[in-house]
Amino acid sequence: MAIAETYAVNINDIEFGYPDNPEVSFTQLNLKIAKGERFGLFGPNGAGKTTLMNLMTGLLKVNKGSISLLGHDVNKHNNTVSKLFGFVPQDFSFYQELSPVENLEFFGAWSGLNKQQINQRIDELLDILGLDDVRNKQVQKFSGGMKRRVNLAIGVIHNPPVLFLDEPTVGVDVQTRHAIINYLKILNESGTTLIYTSHQLSEAEGLCEQVALLDDRKIITQGNIHSLLKEHQHNTLEELFIDLTGKEYRD
Amino acid sequence: MFKLWITIKKDVRILLRDKVGIALMFVMPILLVIVVTSIQNSTFQLVNKNKLPILISNQDTGDASKQLVSALSKIGMFKVLLTPDTKNEALIADAMHNKDAMLGVVIPKDFSAKVSAKSKHVAGKAMNSFGLEGDTTKNADANIDPLTIYYNPILQESLRLSVKGALQSALQMVESRETLRTLYYSINEKQLSEKLENEMLNNRTTINEVPVSKDGTRRTPNATQHNVPAWTIFAMFFVIMSLGGSVVREKVSGSFIRLKTLPTNYAVGLFSKQITYMGVTMLQALIIFSIGIWLFPFMNLPALNLPADIGALVITTLICGWCAVSYAICVGVFADTQEQANGFGAVSIVILAAVGGLMVPSFAMQGTFKSAANLSPMHWCLEAYYTLFLENGKLKDIAGNLIALFTITVIIQAVTYLGLKRKNLI
Repeated sequence: MAIAETYAVNINDIEFGYPDNPEVSFTQLNLKIAKGERFGLFGPNGAGKTTLMNLMTGLLKVNKGSISLLGHDVNKHNNTVSKLFGFVPQDFSFYQELSPVENLEFFGAWSGLNKQQINQRIDELLDILGLDDVRNKQVQKFSGGMKRRVNLAIGVIHNPPVLFLDEPTVGVDVQTRHAIINYLKILNESGTTLIYTSHQLSEAEGLCEQVALLDDRKIITQGNIHSLLKEHQHNTLEELFIDLTGKEYRD
Repeated sequence: MFKLWITIKKDVRILLRDKVGIALMFVMPILLVIVVTSIQNSTFQLVNKNKLPILISNQDTGDASKQLVSALSKIGMFKVLLTPDTKNEALIADAMHNKDAMLGVVIPKDFSAKVSAKSKHVAGKAMNSFGLEGDTTKNADANIDPLTIYYNPILQESLRLSVKGALQSALQMVESRETLRTLYYSINEKQLSEKLENEMLNNRTTINEVPVSKDGTRRTPNATQHNVPAWTIFAMFFVIMSLGGSVVREKVSGSFIRLKTLPTNYAVGLFSKQITYMGVTMLQALIIFSIGIWLFPFMNLPALNLPADIGALVITTLICGWCAVSYAICVGVFADTQEQANGFGAVSIVILAAVGGLMVPSFAMQGTFKSAANLSPMHWCLEAYYTLFLENGKLKDIAGNLIALFTITVIIQAVTYLGLKRKNLI
């Protein structure tokens, strides 16, 4: 149980391969993310970030090894684990025909909240994320930035102790990016562990304390962001990224 | 229950905001049932009330051809239009077009003379067989030139055969009359009285048409009783245009994946969709049946008579709706895009309807198609509806159909589950 108290995510010697695409596979991958961290997972396109995130959230199952979330095996305690994390996918994974309130009501219920809790969280989140004025309008008429905020609100409706974010700020303007990053910092200060992927490395520098660089389904380096920059003698995360992963197209 | 209730609310909201889907699920089938019933009713009236216009070119001047024309008029099936002696085929076609007749009959020259000669020959043979002296040598080779029927190619085979049968009946009447007259004269050396002639020729056994029903009632079926149940089934399966696309949108947007990370079984989502859209199918049936009952009489169409066993009607509609919804979800699960779901959905429904007997009665199908009909859920639903609407059957009369429909639905649900598993969606 000591592990459960220390790590938000503990990945032990996992092996995974897609049945229809065995080339995309992980072997003996290990990663530990401490509770309360702001953790960034970076890598070029096709490095395996989304696959790893899907494994951590139990959307995919490992072939060997184990992944635990706050001490619970993600593949064995699905319902228990599901309440422990929130997931903000890169896509707008909600119902565009519905309003923010209607979406949050639905996803709140599916996250295990009761009616009173849902209503309370809806008011809080719409206020914090600046969506109160459009709370009853259909999301399909929203700008990209507003949709991103709805996507985020749904992911945190149940106050999860761990939050997975897959490029939460892609395609938004500077103001929205600031608002989202600031909100994520507030969440983290209240105890939420953030596990975050992005290609916006300058943004990541401002948010993350710990990072892991992933390339070709392997973790090529990990640690405290400032220590890594110092160790590799770079000023920015982008320089470090290019240095370790190369300049070739990686699609 | 709270999760299910919230999910149903979500599905109803999405449904109500899908204006195109609502139009396809409600307006299109309603238009279809009105148009098809009106057309079939007018066809029914064409044959049974309005009569089929037939153009007759009589090239003969004798009595037999006049009798033939008169006999054709008396059959009750035709509205006889006479045209001047026309020998050219193209001119007959023109005349048919000009007079809006689908059929043309040319009575050949010397028709009466040849009918008379043939009758004398047959009468002579009959006299000989009675042991009396009869003339069989003269005109022994007399053959009556054939009547020619011209028809518009759009006329259906079954109608052409009916026309041919009616013409043969009229011809037989004329020939029999002539033979009878000749025979009577040969025996009695006087003319047969008209009264006796009519008694001999017209004293036929009449035919009573009795619609068979399960409860012994004698309600004559009409275009409404046939069409409203059939197109209601079609309408119910049309939910695929909204539901199939909705399932695809959930997949494409990533909502499915997000739902998978939440502590709620996706069975709740599937259950909600089924309840919501079964409500839609019940509403479709209610609206279409109501139109049949109350609106059709104002449109000069026969009113729909509901079956006596309303409970059986509700159960059949529920199971049919469940099957339609299950099929729509199944297509949505396997389709990768909304276009695929809508395109495949629409075409497959038309095929299932055709195979299931909605367009051509399944009893008229042959071999493979007859067997294939058993695979179409629409077939079993249609059989159940027809038993209820046309034969006034009860629940026990349609139990077999409902079991088959239920079995197909369970198979579709199983395929859907496998599809969801295979695509890692649950």
